[in-house]
Amino acid sequence: MSPIHAISDSRAMAGRCLRRSLRDPEAFFTALTLPIVLLLLFVYVFGGALADTGTGYANYVVPGLIVLCAGFGAGTTAVAVATDMSNGIVDRIRSMPVFGSSLLVGHVVASLARNIVATTLVIGAGLATGWRPSASVPDWIAAAAVVLLFITAISWLAAAVGLLARSAEAATAFTMVLMFVPYVSTAFVPADTMPAPLATFARHQPFTPIIETMRGLWMGSTSTGTPIGHEAIVAVAYCLAILVGSALAATRLFRARA
Amino acid sequence: MTYTVEAQGITRSFGDHLALDRVDLAIEGGSVLALLGPNGAGKTTMVRILSTLTRPDAGTATVAGHDLLADPLGVKRQISLTGQFAAVDDVLTGRENLDLMARLRRLPRRAARARTAELLDTFDLLDAADRRAATYSGGMRRRLDLAISMIERPRLLFLDEPTTGLDPRSREGLWDIVVRLVEDGVTVLLTTQYLEEADRLADSIAVLNGGRIVARGTAEELKARVGGAVMRLRFADLDPLREAASLFDAPRVDERLRTLEVPTDGSAEDVQRTLARLLAADVASPEVSIERPSLDDVFLHLTGHGHVDLGEVA
Repeated sequence: MSPIHAISDSRAMAGRCLRRSLRDPEAFFTALTLPIVLLLLFVYVFGGALADTGTGYANYVVPGLIVLCAGFGAGTTAVAVATDMSNGIVDRIRSMPVFGSSLLVGHVVASLARNIVATTLVIGAGLATGWRPSASVPDWIAAAAVVLLFITAISWLAAAVGLLARSAEAATAFTMVLMFVPYVSTAFVPADTMPAPLATFARHQPFTPIIETMRGLWMGSTSTGTPIGHEAIVAVAYCLAILVGSALAATRLFRARA
Repeated sequence: MTYTVEAQGITRSFGDHLALDRVDLAIEGGSVLALLGPNGAGKTTMVRILSTLTRPDAGTATVAGHDLLADPLGVKRQISLTGQFAAVDDVLTGRENLDLMARLRRLPRRAARARTAELLDTFDLLDAADRRAATYSGGMRRRLDLAISMIERPRLLFLDEPTTGLDPRSREGLWDIVVRLVEDGVTVLLTTQYLEEADRLADSIAVLNGGRIVARGTAEELKARVGGAVMRLRFADLDPLREAASLFDAPRVDERLRTLEVPTDGSAEDVQRTLARLLAADVASPEVSIERPSLDDVFLHLTGHGHVDLGEVA
């Protein structure tokens, strides 16, 4: 199959998936309000008790909320893939001379689009509630690249999970995991405030270096004390591993689902 | 004679369950073959194999001139699959569904739009074209599904239980559409558990039971295997039934239904002769009908499964 066909098929499928996201008013509303509500909740409800820096909790929490919202978005994607797999459409597409993975690429592209909107909302709401990043333009570009890499990786992971889950209900469980694992990272509080076993987990789980890289780029320093360069290398390595592993797994699962 | 499908020894199991056991199948170009069988007979597995979705454990097949195993892409280019569940996107409108599939068939944008409009008209969906498919009735969904299958006229069209769950009027409508497609030269592999559907649409029938073909032939050939027409006489009471039964050689008597079946060639003379004997014996005037063997009888005869959903069709 020629790459041109693969691209045009994927574009057609991405159009379909984007249309579907726009036409699901409940999910669309949730996806738009969640970032803002979470940010307001963390900054104004929890923030007063959590911030000890004097610069306002918004300066700490923005990267964590980006990750949390991406986790929620990935859950949506997993459910969308699982729903498609339980429908006759997949059989039709597989029986056509179509680039098979275009269905997955379509879901991933739609997932990226949804996540970019959610991230932009978190950033906008953050700036409105006192987030004052010290980043230069290259830092911003680097931070955007990290966010993009992360949401691409997590979208492919979601696609793979959606294929593994045999129903939309099972895929929903994935959202729960992604919505809670970030809490035991440096997303909302520094790791050294946690009991030792949790702190160890928090320092070494994938979300932490990703969050710390963003934090380092935007605020000039990490919450772990680890140099930003080191966090960035670990973050990129995690993202690439998740991305490549999930994309391969998803493609293979899709082909094997007979 | 050219065959659009030639399959030999197709075998497939799922775990311990042997779904298909060395099935041979040939479909002549331009004809309709019905794969008839009860639920679980292996019909859908056979369709999935021939449409490249499932690989057989053993066996070979040539579909629309391409080797199924060596050149699945070549096969895909020539076929269209209308599965058991209408494969339409509920969230998209009918027009968008067609447009999407036309793009996946790589029609240029303008050609795709024109073809979509044409199909919406042909399949009587113009009024509903811009409504979401979720709002469609079962019959409309099937029509949209078929329209999608016809974006590029396939050499072979798979119709996997195309009218399951449809009301009688939608079923008739769908049959008319299939007949038109066949007139256009499309070869069809139809699976159905409705005998009436096979009788109506198929040029030849293969009866699948427990993963094996147990009979094949035209509807007439299959019916001939269970014998000729009978005259069925229904009585109000058992006494006249028994009395009438004594008048004939080896009649088939069903005391529960109070019916008596006498072989007949269906001619007026033969019927008159039978009725005259009843009148002469002064047996209370029965209700009379001429019954030809139905595919239902064939089915019962071949598989031991009786009356497969015939009640639902009627």
